[in-house]
Amino acid sequence: MLSFLLRRLLVAIPTLFVVVTVAFFMMRAAPGSPFSGDRKLPPEIEKNIEAKYGMDKPLVVQYVSYVGGVLHGDFGPSLKYRDKTVLDIIGQNFGVSLKIGLSAFVIMVIVGVSLGVVAALRQNGPADYTVMSIAIVGICIPSFVTAPLLQLVFGSQLGWLPIGSWDGGAIPNMVMPVMVLATPQIAIISRLTRAGMIEVLQSNYVRTARAKGLPEFRIVVKHAIRAAVLPLISYLGPAFAGILTGSLIVERIFGLPGLGKFFVNSALQRDYTVVMGMVIFFATLILLLNLLADVLYAALDPRVRLT
Amino acid sequence: MTQISLAPGSIRNAALMERAVKGRSLWDDARRRLFRNRAAVASMIMLALLVLCAIIGPFVTPYAYDEINKNDVWLPPLTGGHLIGSDSLGRDQLARLFTGLGVSLAIGAVATTVSLVIGVAWGATAGYLGGVVDEVMMRIVDVLYSLPYIFFVIILMVVFGSNFILLFVAIGAVEWLTMARIVRGQTLSLKQKEFIEAARAAGLTRKAIIARHIVPNLLGPVVVYVTLTIPGVILAESFLSFLGLGVQPPMASLGTLISNGAADMELAPWLLIFPSITMVVTLMCFNFIGDGLRDAIDPKDR
Repeated sequence: MLSFLLRRLLVAIPTLFVVVTVAFFMMRAAPGSPFSGDRKLPPEIEKNIEAKYGMDKPLVVQYVSYVGGVLHGDFGPSLKYRDKTVLDIIGQNFGVSLKIGLSAFVIMVIVGVSLGVVAALRQNGPADYTVMSIAIVGICIPSFVTAPLLQLVFGSQLGWLPIGSWDGGAIPNMVMPVMVLATPQIAIISRLTRAGMIEVLQSNYVRTARAKGLPEFRIVVKHAIRAAVLPLISYLGPAFAGILTGSLIVERIFGLPGLGKFFVNSALQRDYTVVMGMVIFFATLILLLNLLADVLYAALDPRVRLT
Repeated sequence: MTQISLAPGSIRNAALMERAVKGRSLWDDARRRLFRNRAAVASMIMLALLVLCAIIGPFVTPYAYDEINKNDVWLPPLTGGHLIGSDSLGRDQLARLFTGLGVSLAIGAVATTVSLVIGVAWGATAGYLGGVVDEVMMRIVDVLYSLPYIFFVIILMVVFGSNFILLFVAIGAVEWLTMARIVRGQTLSLKQKEFIEAARAAGLTRKAIIARHIVPNLLGPVVVYVTLTIPGVILAESFLSFLGLGVQPPMASLGTLISNGAADMELAPWLLIFPSITMVVTLMCFNFIGDGLRDAIDPKDR
């Protein structure tokens, strides 16, 4: 187990290195500069500003010094928000993304697994067909369709929920973003759970439990569900990535001050350091979560041994 | 299947068996199963209609997709000769919808082909050669797999501007990883199958083994994955278009249409509704066909 962890962490290092390198050179290859705003600066002043950030040096030198900084935990200052460092920006905005992301995560697991179990228990019955039809639709409707439609219905027509804004994370403001984030994942999870349940319910040990005369409820809850949700754990990584991607859209549509919204804007404004910082941050997060999923899987499934 | 008793060495029985086997090749079987799947058949018909609309549509509509009509601004559906209305510039939405559908389908096809070529070549090489080469190649895939690729696509689109061809390549280039994994896994397991060994023992050349036995067996999972990649690519493109990084105006894709429609949905809901429905129907068709193909090709999985 320990050697597995160590090895995975060792693989993570070159991965992050690739991330940093590719992102750095791609960002710098972009035409335009963070300092060329609406107002054209005199060339001497622009040169001075570039010199201040060390951007007058050759690209390779900049790269080495950037990587050196990152290794010391220094991601540099934002080039657009002059009084903030990259870490400030990530720290201030990650909270919002984390809050809606986590809420969506909890909801999608609970709702997805419940729907999947119900569908499997009523296999080929009306409940099954209903759940699976909804799941297909849920997978096929992109979040940027559901979000405006929800806004139209619950926001402007019925007036039940605020259309946008964060308002310190009040519950009504969170309902729609979380719903939009969770819907496609609920659909996928319910399909996975259903498939797992159907397989488990036909397995020998469930038959043994039945033969023993255990009540059906106990069989389902104690024996079947546990085994059926195991494959879900390996889906946690992609699910998390899905939420992350979704948050780019959701935060933009609902006007939430999260990281996702920040990322696109920073990329468009050539705020090199902020974009780089966020890419590194997200890559690390995904790597850690994938690792966590693998460890969890091994811990829960005695048949899997990490070597 | 009809039961055939075989006396060893009997020529007549061997001929009989050959006929019986010929009647049910892998693909015949798969085709029959696929055509029995009603959802898949309906989806294929629907998809054919959509493709037809995308190809012929732009020539049939009385307006061009980028034609601005100053007198026809914000027309609701079925008014002023615009079947599904017009937008803030008076552009005919039906023409734009057909064009956008075509662009989205084209991106789906091209990007999927890119991912198919890279993925199959990469995966088959790794799987066939095995050993250190396999180890290194798959490690690279692992590394790339754990990247937050959507961020790279965003950076890429920002860097090089929203170039049409680049969009195809960028999306295709990030979609090949799963394909490579599937192909490699298949190749690896096929290499060790008894029927390959039997073919080798029977004296078939390596080329014949690959052509007759490996490729047809590889094809199944690949075809299934291709049908499931296309909707993923279409979704990715519209996602980028929605962020303003994909197809640029006045060109249209389903993503840009939905994105524009969402902005004006209170004033002109038809701008959002029609492209949304088209998109959902398209994606659903691909998903049903993919599911149907999987059930048809992989009988174990039913």
